[in-house]
Amino acid sequence: MKRWIRDGDIVVGRLDRQEAAVVRGLVSQIQDMLMARAEEAPQDELAELTGIRTGPSTAPDDPILGRLLPDFHRLDPDAPDPADVDSAAALRSLHEPELLEQKVSACDVVLSTCAPDGGEIRLKIAEAEAWLSSLNDVRLALGTALDVTEDMPDELPPEDPRSPHLGVYHWLTWVQDTLVEAMMA
Amino acid sequence: MTTPVEQERTQVEPTGAEIAAEDRPWQTVVWNDPVNLMSYVTYVFQKLFGFSRDQATKLMLDVHHKGKAIVTSGTKDKVEGDVAKLHAAGLWATMQRAS
Repeated sequence: MKRWIRDGDIVVGRLDRQEAAVVRGLVSQIQDMLMARAEEAPQDELAELTGIRTGPSTAPDDPILGRLLPDFHRLDPDAPDPADVDSAAALRSLHEPELLEQKVSACDVVLSTCAPDGGEIRLKIAEAEAWLSSLNDVRLALGTALDVTEDMPDELPPEDPRSPHLGVYHWLTWVQDTLVEAMMA
Repeated sequence: MTTPVEQERTQVEPTGAEIAAEDRPWQTVVWNDPVNLMSYVTYVFQKLFGFSRDQATKLMLDVHHKGKAIVTSGTKDKVEGDVAKLHAAGLWATMQRAS
């Protein structure tokens, strides 16, 4: 991968076959997790009649989904304010369906613009924005799974089980960072 | 058909604290996390809220160094919408009443 460059209204990048496979594989996994969460949403007749969708009112148990779908209030884990807990539940149920839809469709944009064999990628601005949020979601997921900290070293000791995955995380960081640079240029 | 039940109401004078709580605006808070890139956070602030590069950078640095920053404030509806947009961008945002 060379860094992304801005060419007028287009952002251009290039991935080799292996890099494209990594991006597509991770984005598909995130998309599957998000779609599984969307299927958990309560189905009720009122929602079907009114067309107003409601999502679950409780945060996901899974820490990765929890990071992708945060609460609307900061809740003290030991002694949460009961009013905030109620409000966070209501806001989640109201907003989560749309948030899931936005994230799933950003994944779709990546999967439809990143050919399985790799090669040049030419993105319109709206597509590049979808790439940015999708790459960010993948990094949030990996970062949560790998327990990434702010002063994460470039490499972990070889005996650390996270060691082989950290390289992918750092590579994705670079891909996202150069895409931001190209967008701001 | 139904009509509202007449109820005898006792007027309760709101206390100073209650009035103040009602009047306090809502705030959008963005929290620091170890994954989000400084460049990306700056980009998101510019794109979502129309901040200048300098304004967006200053807020991003507040998040980074102080652990959080208040990025917008206003009515509950406005702030709720801002938090939803930040969640779509993958930032860790919450809403609270101004203290």
